[in-house]
Formats: sequence, C-alpha cells, structure tokens
Amino acid sequence: MPVVMKPLETYRDDFTFRNSPQAIARFPFPFPEDSYMYSVNLEPANGGASGSVFEHWFDIDEHYVSEMAERARVLERDPGRCLVMPHMAQAAWDSLEMLMEHLAADYPEHFELQRDGDRWTWINRPLGIEQHFTFGDPATLPCEPLEYITRQAQGDFAVLDQRDGDLFMDAGMVTCPADWSIKFDAGMSFKQWHAPVPLAPQMGVFDRALKYLLNIQVGQPVRRLNWTMTINPRLDTSSETFHEWGHERGLVTPENVARLVHLRVELQFMPRLPRSNALLFGIRTYLISLEELATNPAWACRLHRVLRDLPEVIADYKGLTLYRQTVVDWLSQFDPEVRAA
Amino acid sequence: MSALMEVRVCAVRQLTPVVREFTFEAAEGQLPGFSSGSHVQVLMPLGERTLRNAYSLLGDPADSTRYRIAVRLQDASRGGSRYLHERVAVGDRLQLSRPHNLFPLHSQASHHVLVAGGIGITPFMAYIAELQARGASFELHYAFRGRLTDAYVDELAERLGDRLHAYDSSAGQRLDLAALLAGQPLGTHLYACGPQRLLDGLREQARALGWPDGRVHWEAFAAPEPGLAFRVELARSGQRIEVPADLSLLEALEAAGVEVPNLCRGGVCGQCATRYLAGAVEHRDHYLDEAQRADSLMPCVSRGGCASALLLDL
Ligand code: FES
Repeated sequence: MPVVMKPLETYRDDFTFRNSPQAIARFPFPFPEDSYMYSVNLEPANGGASGSVFEHWFDIDEHYVSEMAERARVLERDPGRCLVMPHMAQAAWDSLEMLMEHLAADYPEHFELQRDGDRWTWINRPLGIEQHFTFGDPATLPCEPLEYITRQAQGDFAVLDQRDGDLFMDAGMVTCPADWSIKFDAGMSFKQWHAPVPLAPQMGVFDRALKYLLNIQVGQPVRRLNWTMTINPRLDTSSETFHEWGHERGLVTPENVARLVHLRVELQFMPRLPRSNALLFGIRTYLISLEELATNPAWACRLHRVLRDLPEVIADYKGLTLYRQTVVDWLSQFDPEVRAA
Repeated sequence: MSALMEVRVCAVRQLTPVVREFTFEAAEGQLPGFSSGSHVQVLMPLGERTLRNAYSLLGDPADSTRYRIAVRLQDASRGGSRYLHERVAVGDRLQLSRPHNLFPLHSQASHHVLVAGGIGITPFMAYIAELQARGASFELHYAFRGRLTDAYVDELAERLGDRLHAYDSSAGQRLDLAALLAGQPLGTHLYACGPQRLLDGLREQARALGWPDGRVHWEAFAAPEPGLAFRVELARSGQRIEVPADLSLLEALEAAGVEVPNLCRGGVCGQCATRYLAGAVEHRDHYLDEAQRADSLMPCVSRGGCASALLLDL
C-alpha cells in the first residue's frame, strides 16, 4: 500500500504533530509482556508484515515531509548535528548507496535511482529533488554524502567504525536523539557511549550485545526496539538543547497528561555497510500520545503495568520520575485488574 | 545460518603450478559489495557431503560485479582445493556464503605493513587496491617459492614498484622479520597472512619489540587440518554422529542436519563455540582461553579423542 504523506506538521512550538488511525495501527508498541527489564533484545531483521514498520529496511511514513523539515531546521541552528570524521568518508558513501537503493526499491512511487556506472541520478518526489551526481565524488553533491542522504531519510543515523574488537561513533546524523548528543559521544567506543545506562552493564548486556553486533554480516541486519517517554511530540530532545525541553517534565497534570505525554519508541536497525565494513546504526523514532495509544486499550493496560512496576533507577535514567505517577494514574482506567479491585 | 548466493564461474586462470584463480559473477541479480580483507565460504558438493572452505576475496572492492578467489592445491587436501582445481570450469555454478570480514584494514593506521607468505597474498590483493585508491602509505613483503607459489608477483612488481619487497626462497632469499619490524614508525599497523610459522614468528618478534597487540593483525588459513576419526553424542537429541578423519566436527554436524552458527571455519571468529559435557577434546582454535576450554570447544577446527565419545550440549 503506497504511503500517503500528510501536510506539514510541527515537532516544536505549536506542536501540530498527530498520528492518523493508520499510523496508530502500525505503531511499534515495544512491550511483549507486562513488565520491562533490559535484555539483549537483538533479533535478525528479516522484514515484517506488509504495511508494518518492519517491512522495509528504512521505514517511510506519513510524517516524512514534516520530519525532514524538522531535521533541516535543527541543522540550520546547529550544523554540528552531522559529523563525519575523515576516515569515515567511504562509510558515508556506503550509507548513501544503501539508503538510495532500498528507498528506491521499496517506495518506487516516491524515490527513483538510476545508475550508469558512477553516474547516478536520484529522484525524491516528496521533497521535489532530482540530483545528478558522480558516486564517490563529493563535489558533485550539494553537501557531504551522509548529510545529503540522511536529510532525506527519517530517523537518526550513527555510523560506527569497527576496529580493535569494538565499535566507535565516528560519524552520524543526529537531530532527534532521546537525550544524548553526537557531539558528546563522537569518537566514543560502544561501552563508553552506553556508560550512563544503569543495571544493564552488570547484567552483561553490553558485552553480549557488542559481540553480536561485531559479527553482523553483509545482507543480514539486526534490529531491536528501545523506548522512553517525551513531553509533547518533540523530536529534538538532544542533550545540548535540554534547557529548551527539560522543564516541560514539570508541566504534566492529570488534565493534560493524555495529550502532553508521548511514548517514544526507537526502532534500531543495524546493517553491515559492505564496502567500508562499518556498521550503520539507524535509530528510527516513533511518537504517540497517550490519548492516541489508548485507542488500543490492550496497549494502555500493558503500559500501565509496565510503568507502575518499572524499577526506580530505570525510571530515573529515562527521565520519567517527575510525572510517572500522573501517567500511571491516568492509564489505570484501562487496566481491568485495577477496575475490579 | 548465512544465506547462500549462487554464482557462475566466468573465468579460470592457472597462475602457478599449484595456484588457480576463479572469477565469479552473480547467477542472477547483483553480488553484495565487500570490504578489503573479506572472505566467502565456497560450498563444494563432494558425493554425499558438502565441504565449505573459506577463501579471501582478492578483487578490487570498488568493483563488486565480480568476485575473485585464488586457490592453492593443498597436498593434504580433504578434497576441497582438489575439487576446485580439477572439477570446476567456466560456466559452472557454485554456492557461496555472503562475504564477511574478519581481517579488516585499521582506520587509525598511519602506515600499513603487509606481510604475505605464499597463497597468503590473496587478502592483500584487495587491500592494495583499496590502499592505492585511498592514497594510503603502505608496503608489501611477499615471501614465496619462485615458479610455485609466486602468484601475482609480476603484476605486483609493476603496480607497486619499490613498495614491493619480494623474497623468493628458491633463490635463497629470506624475509628478516626483526629487520622488517624494527624502525617502523609509531602508528604503523602490521597485517600478516600465511603459514602458521610465519604468523607465530611475526607475533613473537612484534612482542619482543614491544608492539601493542592491537597493532598486529593476522589471518590464518582457514582450512581445518584432518585428524583421527571420533564419535560424538548430542545430549539434547540423543543423536550419535561419526566424525571421519577427513571431516571437521562442524562439517560432520552439518552433514547430520545440525546447524551451528559459523563464519571463519578456521577457529578464529568465535561464532561456532559449542558447550561439551564430557569427553576429551583436542583444542585447535585461536579463540578460547584455558578457562573457557574447560567446557567449550570450536567444532570448526577442534576434534574429540578416539577413546570415548564426546558429549555435546546440542
Ligand atoms: S567458525 Fe569461526 S571459530 Fe569456528
């Protein structure tokens, strides 16, 4: 089914972002059970049901045009959100090739790629782009290749150099992070950038995850879901703009909780970049307000139990402490056990 | 299990009396790209069983329309290299695993020293294409026996000029490891591929000269050495399997329909680690430490003893 894109919505100021019923139906609800604990929830990304967010390598949805406009806005204020260290130049081209090939094959109504040796033509209909360029020659693109292609793909992208039995955050386009920053994490190893996460290191989660990621093979990507919560449908919750959004956590009341608080789910997708041997780390973010989420009462009930029983350290780390109780109270109306009691 | 691809042999060249080069193209669609240092597993149907040998991709990674490998006929061949040499011709179809890289270039090296012994030249053919395209600083040291294992030496001399240091043992030329390593600037990374004694010698020298392990990279030949026949029993399914002398345990498991994850098939990547519950093991891998060997083994290279059956946690 072709993706129908909505007119421009905003992820800041007046926050006009909303999900259609179709977008709600395909939302990647991340909880397979009524409680949550860290685990190595990596799995082979072998595609998924038609129309689901797992169907294609790089998911495009109704928010595409708006999300790309938001990215452009963030970059205008802060070009440092895109970073490519010199030794990652090849991985940047690798990323461009992978994204263009998959987008063109999976969404032919929106994207088109013509290759004639090194002479490529890229057509992006939703954004009105037709670009002729020479693959491998950065001078033939309007900007650096990773920036060029990720200005046209939803979600953040880190590009990890693999060396010394570890992965290093040496390139990326990060304009919609859940409270981290490509500037702070640039050049860090896998364990260094995960250092703030509580409990998981002691559980050996990162040792096992790293081993798994190092062995990802060409053509056999893996994926996992991660989640947190965000006040307002704000995509750019970067550490360096904390002063703009951190205080909003204090604004949640029983009256506004359903519209203000959003479940934020990251579909992380990790394919091997074939020519550079780097690992692409896609972080595709989906936002849904509690009000929208509760149109599926089973989700609301499960989220109620997960949040109610979430260990304190994890709630703290995810920044939920200030408003967790308000959310739990509101969600309790969807939990038959609570209603029965 | 890695997805397989079907390729067609589009060229075969005899490079030396014992080295034969094969060029493959996709039987349909496109071959995936690869990075320098990558290998593929080639599946060879030998009667009832299928052998899988790993070979380095030696073409230019910038051109992924074709894959090339070079195969040395092994004296103690279990049939893999003999099959490729004697039975595979232009037009034939073969199955390959997808490429995987266990021997990548290091992005932080300021100078790359490549050391090849004989057929160990293969990964460096791709390295050199890559390093030349990048304009990187490197040198190649290539030890071989003239007119026997000197594949590509003329081509390399032409491409590399004085960056090639060739050592022909039939002319009495020896590679002096100590001299090679001494005087290399800080930031140099060393890559070696060749027979075990060359790798051992290099590592020993590098340690003696105080090189950090992280600056020394090596790839061993992946073909498992044959051994004695032995028996295994699978604790969970109760299955009993005979492992003949010329098959690895991994191959025998695969032949019996038991899938074990694997990449290198040479005891280095760690993918095939399998727990065992009883029995004597002859460990031949380069991955497990002593403590891990107490309950784990790498079936791609390691074998059981012939006295009693090996009990695997499978
Ligand atoms: S397959 Fe790599 S160690 Fe066995």
